[in-house]
Amino acid sequence: MNCQRCKKAIATVHLTDITKHEKREKHLCERCAQEEGVTIKPQHVHYNELFTHFVMAQPSAHELAQLTCPECQTSFVEFRNTGLLGCPNDYDVFERALLPLIERAHEGQSRHVGKSPRRLGHKRDFQDDLIRLRRHLARAIEDEDYEAAARLRDEINAIETK
Amino acid sequence: MILDELTTHPGEWLRGTGPMSDVVISSRVRLARNIRTYPFVSKADPETRDELCELLRASIKSASKDREWSYVDLSPLDELDRQVLVERHLISRQHADGDGCRGVAFSPTETVALMVNEEDHLRMQSIRSGLRLDEVWQEINGIDDLLEDRLEYAFHPRYGYLTACPTNVGTGIRVSVMLHLPGLKLTNEIERVFRAARELRLAVRGLFGEGTEASGDFFQVSNQCTLGRSEEDIVNEFKTQVLPRVIEYERQARQALIRDRALVLDDKIWRSYGMLRNARTISSEETLAHLSLLRLGIHLERMNAVDLQTINELFLMTQPAHLQKMLGHRLTGEQRSAARAEFIRKRLSDRRPA
Ligand SMILES: [Zn+2]
Ligand SMILES: [Zn+2]
Repeated sequence: MNCQRCKKAIATVHLTDITKHEKREKHLCERCAQEEGVTIKPQHVHYNELFTHFVMAQPSAHELAQLTCPECQTSFVEFRNTGLLGCPNDYDVFERALLPLIERAHEGQSRHVGKSPRRLGHKRDFQDDLIRLRRHLARAIEDEDYEAAARLRDEINAIETK
Repeated sequence: MILDELTTHPGEWLRGTGPMSDVVISSRVRLARNIRTYPFVSKADPETRDELCELLRASIKSASKDREWSYVDLSPLDELDRQVLVERHLISRQHADGDGCRGVAFSPTETVALMVNEEDHLRMQSIRSGLRLDEVWQEINGIDDLLEDRLEYAFHPRYGYLTACPTNVGTGIRVSVMLHLPGLKLTNEIERVFRAARELRLAVRGLFGEGTEASGDFFQVSNQCTLGRSEEDIVNEFKTQVLPRVIEYERQARQALIRDRALVLDDKIWRSYGMLRNARTISSEETLAHLSLLRLGIHLERMNAVDLQTINELFLMTQPAHLQKMLGHRLTGEQRSAARAEFIRKRLSDRRPA
């Protein structure tokens, strides 16, 4: 069915307006619906539009289309078609293509502000600490600096038993 | 079965109480979360989905150990029962129509509902009647804390909480309010709300309508931007920028109707009452349109033949799945319309004006 307003695009928004005696139906395309003030947003369709107008117009579009996440095997083309990513890793794998999209969808923002998981934060810090301390320990042993090695071992133990 | 008990009464959010309840039906905050090291739901194979279901169900159980939450496994559930959950706003339509292992946990009053394996691994909501955004945000934030102690969320140092669709990334928060705007609809000024919403980049959807259908006088307004602003900021914008304006517009429109078109207004309200008292067959859309006018009439003290509680009950019980559940068997569309009309007539004649 074509849009009743512009008669060109396919109608994707269907409204029912009930007045006293009659039930009027309206069938509009996305754009006309927005212009009439009915901001109904089928998220993923909206998203595809962003792609065609924006991302695919970039010179590197071809390269981007070749990208595939090694962890979940989701390809960028697949994401473009469904609007859904395959795994958390995709945010890094597709970063170059995603960033402009993310900014478009979030009023130009691309950095998280707000809540963050407390536990994850601690764990990450400790992990980083452990990696660093173990590296120092290995070097201390190599250098036969046993005093430093003993101190580092204590520090590592303290974190591991936390 | 839990569902049979459910269908006899509306959940808390449809109680019609709380601040600004003449205009604001309910307030809701939803958070989207995913578990680290797992693919998102659409890319998870059946075994992985089962594993996620088990993991999340166990975490929810341990996080809610002092509360009497129900957990419903959706995959073996009858279509009608799934529809009941949609009509109660406990799950999304997408979740009802999905496939594979998936479920929902909810509190006895239905203020909290946690969808497992919807588009994201976890979609948790708190919903209450009236304008109570701080309350619902705090409630769901607390539940998120409890789950965070038990699960490792997918979190990115730059992008925040990672979601299957990048439009939800960051806070993963969706704040929404359901509004009853018959005044603006009758005065043809509803465009003002759409314009105000658009300025603030908010989405407006229909409330009870099918899919994207915005029918009747009920609208749901929600944020679209989830990244780069804190949860409190987003909630506060609703409280200080969006809602006072919309509520004011609606109240002004109602007062204008009383001032300039009182007779027409009363006629509309009482005709709706007459329709519902006498109709022999009625669709759910038409029911909704008349109930909307009765609700308006009650709040403007121009209708005393029926009380708010009955209206709220009728809102829910006349929905297709609730109606069939109540009658105990499946009905065709035509049979539903007749059964609906009969049910409404009975309810309204029970409560004659004093
Ligand atoms: Zn059009
Ligand atoms: Zn991936």
